[in-house]
Amino acid sequence: MIQLIDLRKSFERQQVLKGVNLIIPRGKVTAIIGRSGGGKSVLLKHLIGLIRPDSGQVLVDGTDLGRLRGKALDRVREKFGVLFQGCALFDSLTVFDNVAFPLREKTRLAESEIAKRTMQRLEAVGLADMPHKYPAELSGGMKKRAALARALIHDPEIILFDEPTTGLDPILLNSVHRLIVDAHKRFGFTAVVVSHDIPEIFDIAQTVAMLHDGVIVEHDSPGMIMASANPVVRQFITGAGNSQAGPE
Amino acid sequence: MGNPLETIGRTVFTQVQTMGRMAIFLGSTGFWAVLPPLRFRRIVGQVNFIGVKSSSIILLTAAFSGMVLGLQGYYTLRKFGSEALLGPAVGLTLIRELGPVMSALMVAARAGSASAAEIGIMRITEQIDALEAMAVNPMKYLVVPKVMAGLIAIPLLTAIFDVVGIFGGYLIGVKMLGVGAGTYFSEMRNMVDMSDIWGGFLKSVSFGLIVTWVCTYKGFYTGYGAEGVGKATTEAVVLSSVMVLVWNYFMTAILF
Repeated sequence: MIQLIDLRKSFERQQVLKGVNLIIPRGKVTAIIGRSGGGKSVLLKHLIGLIRPDSGQVLVDGTDLGRLRGKALDRVREKFGVLFQGCALFDSLTVFDNVAFPLREKTRLAESEIAKRTMQRLEAVGLADMPHKYPAELSGGMKKRAALARALIHDPEIILFDEPTTGLDPILLNSVHRLIVDAHKRFGFTAVVVSHDIPEIFDIAQTVAMLHDGVIVEHDSPGMIMASANPVVRQFITGAGNSQAGPE
Repeated sequence: MGNPLETIGRTVFTQVQTMGRMAIFLGSTGFWAVLPPLRFRRIVGQVNFIGVKSSSIILLTAAFSGMVLGLQGYYTLRKFGSEALLGPAVGLTLIRELGPVMSALMVAARAGSASAAEIGIMRITEQIDALEAMAVNPMKYLVVPKVMAGLIAIPLLTAIFDVVGIFGGYLIGVKMLGVGAGTYFSEMRNMVDMSDIWGGFLKSVSFGLIVTWVCTYKGFYTGYGAEGVGKATTEAVVLSSVMVLVWNYFMTAILF
């Protein structure tokens, strides 16, 4: 379980997170929705210690990330897989080497075992026929799938998805969502998906939290969120009106 | 337009902050360099990139630097009837000054700029975040191999520069302008001693550190987008080149 307690973060003079409180349940898909530039990616990076809060706590299975450094922080990070917004595949490595990277760096497995596991993951995401391609040779959807295979390779307990469908057409969007659902059923990880794909995200999430103006304004099941009377939530879901946007 | 004192204060504060951050970056590099694992293969890869792939540009610039030294040295020494000292003049100039400085500047322009751009692009495309998320230390994985490779490759490139430059001077001085081959080399052997070679070596090691440190730092803390990477790359080459030239003066003042 991940728990965020009164999380606050500012960049220069702009306060992005103004006291976020959230519980992310184990083994479920939690979606964090909100406007573009509303601080969702900043919030996600706090979950793995890539950004440190100005105040507040991020508790991963009861361990406060803010107090960890070095190997202790690495041990917590090894529980995570991350699918970044831009995929963050290493452009000098092939798809195979990208996916195998965490195993080569963090385990002492034999190369034959690494190759076997890597190919299994590539098959799971439908990229088994292109392990030797470089990221620049892949389409947007293929990159997402390669990044997902890399995020899954070390069987993480928690996977963070930072806008996994940004820039994809509706068919690819559904395909990536299906991939997340299938992988979640198969591997049973805790998933946190940052998204502003409404209403598609409600089909894959089991709980939804809405971040608005630096705080979580609503956290409930997709059905309850869709039926919410909160004007901010309603406005976001229906796409009506307009209000200010901040940095992502 | 704000208060001039405020502007000066802010500028000084920013510069001191940058210097402090660079010092911490260097200290962190040293810390991660001594911690296992050594990442030998990545260091060898970087020696190939910084050293082997810079060798052709080093050969070319060394040959022409030696040739121009032979030419200028000969005409200057002839005024004093001292053409026999052409060998030592070329040798000492190359070994003490030109070899280390020119090699470092060439590496800064070729490999330093590429390193800053590579790390900068990795930063803006979240590849460095991905490394951290996978519990792989980016300093250890990206920066340390480049700095270690700089410490190895630049002294070797300097040695190549010295030798090729001396033969460039020989080509002009002996083959074109008629200085005796025996005089050229025997006078060089008499006047260039081990302390000169040692001094040149120390300079090249320190330049290797400066170039790789500054270039990796600039890439690591690049600004946003393509413009940020472009700016970081330019700053990496300019700052490392200026620091090499300034540090060269102090090294010369101390060593020779």
